[in-house]
Amino acid sequence: MSDDLIFRAGGAGRSTLSPAPLDRSKGPGEFVPAPDDDVLVCRCEEVTKGDVRRAVHDGMYTMTEVRRYLRVGMGLCQGQSCTKLVRRIMASELGVSQAVLDAETSRAPMRPVEMRVLGSEGDAREGDGR
Amino acid sequence: MTERMSGETDALAGMADFVVVGAGVIGCATAYNLALRGHSVIVLERDESIGNGGSSRNGGGVRQSGRDARELPLALYAVENIWPGLSDELGADVEYVKRGNLRLGKTERHLEVLQGLARTGVEHGLDMRMLGADEVREINPYLSDEVIGASWCPTDGHANPLRTTLAFYRRARELGVRFVSGVQVTGVRKLHGRARQVATTTGIYEGDGVILAAGLGTRLLAASVGIDVPMHGLLIEALVTEMEPTMFPQMLGTADADFYGHQTAHGSFVFGGDSGLEEANGYAGGVPTSSITAPAICRSIMKYVPRLADAKIVRTWAGWEDECADGVPVISSVDEVPGLTLACAFTGHGFGISPIVGRLVAELACGERTTLDVSAFRYDRFRAWA
Repeated sequence: MSDDLIFRAGGAGRSTLSPAPLDRSKGPGEFVPAPDDDVLVCRCEEVTKGDVRRAVHDGMYTMTEVRRYLRVGMGLCQGQSCTKLVRRIMASELGVSQAVLDAETSRAPMRPVEMRVLGSEGDAREGDGR
Repeated sequence: MTERMSGETDALAGMADFVVVGAGVIGCATAYNLALRGHSVIVLERDESIGNGGSSRNGGGVRQSGRDARELPLALYAVENIWPGLSDELGADVEYVKRGNLRLGKTERHLEVLQGLARTGVEHGLDMRMLGADEVREINPYLSDEVIGASWCPTDGHANPLRTTLAFYRRARELGVRFVSGVQVTGVRKLHGRARQVATTTGIYEGDGVILAAGLGTRLLAASVGIDVPMHGLLIEALVTEMEPTMFPQMLGTADADFYGHQTAHGSFVFGGDSGLEEANGYAGGVPTSSITAPAICRSIMKYVPRLADAKIVRTWAGWEDECADGVPVISSVDEVPGLTLACAFTGHGFGISPIVGRLVAELACGERTTLDVSAFRYDRFRAWA
């Protein structure tokens, strides 16, 4: 882990101040295997702690990138169980505070919805008698 | 030299053979191809994350059918020569599946549209034909009775755009490309008549060549050296279902263009589409995405694939296309600004051709003979009505 990673102050969307750019040629150094690398952190998509740590060494430096790279937090629970864990592992691997990592994006719908329910808008309108 | 914009600083922040602006799939593929040639490259990205624009917000189509005749040679080349080996080449699974594209029709008028697309494809050497109702169901038994025919291109397919973009990024980075994200680029500067410098709010990046691959942002940056590309933002929205049992491997589209999509390697279905109100919403200056769009996409899907009515939507999102005035991209050197190369205005069909575009842009930037003719994509092709 290195101390010379330069992160944007405040993370994405949290600061309008002119933040420092993130230079990705400065890496977190060599990947060192750890005894708890097999621990599952994302149960929906079966992603382990070691997967997340390795992703950082592959150049995935933001929550958004790790999510797209490993599908961590993209399963049925949409990251409700694993996000805090992933954030902690990423920050530790990068040698930065958790607060400088980008905020994970929450997207509609709040919970999984069947197509027939989400798409029922037209039927409801007909029911209004219009 | 252009006038300095407020917020720029003149400190030299980096030097390389080439400076690429934009770390989407086009910028990353270009950087990768330049690095393969042994060049040093710096890639500057406005967003904190790599590939956070259209590259992570498209339907993942690797499609030749339905393309403009000018763009078709690029798609044919990429499908024939690059996509099949891309996962091995980049050392990461991009989930490329080459199992065909069905474009569905429900009315006689739809079938006329599809016949037109099939004719264009065949004229340019694409294996594409029309299917009757029974033949369509042999290929995909899940389609509704409303479907009366389809165009069929067996060599089309799909891939994972998120993984593809990050795979180009990862490999380019392994080859020594320096990526800087969260950097605000303010313009291009000429030195002795050549594009050499990229100005940012945190310093100057300098190279022998400058490549603009910044989507819509390219327009403002090219304007800093007096070049204009007529394009505008067009919003598209997408949704993904939870994991479903394996149903069909083809990419689906419709003559009406009311939705498109496929089942991913993961098992989820990714679909894109629109509500028809995007333009008005975007121009109003407020939030351009709308809660009515995903339901509209769902209604369209259920008419074609009734079985999916019980599939649960877990996520919806939106993104901007850089829609070109004439519907095909700009992939071009610039006569008035030696050293400048443009790769933008992909109009929502950039992902499928990105592997060959990255090579072509690298060739243009290096002054090499290009693998394919790119004269149809020149920046100065746009003409007024009169």
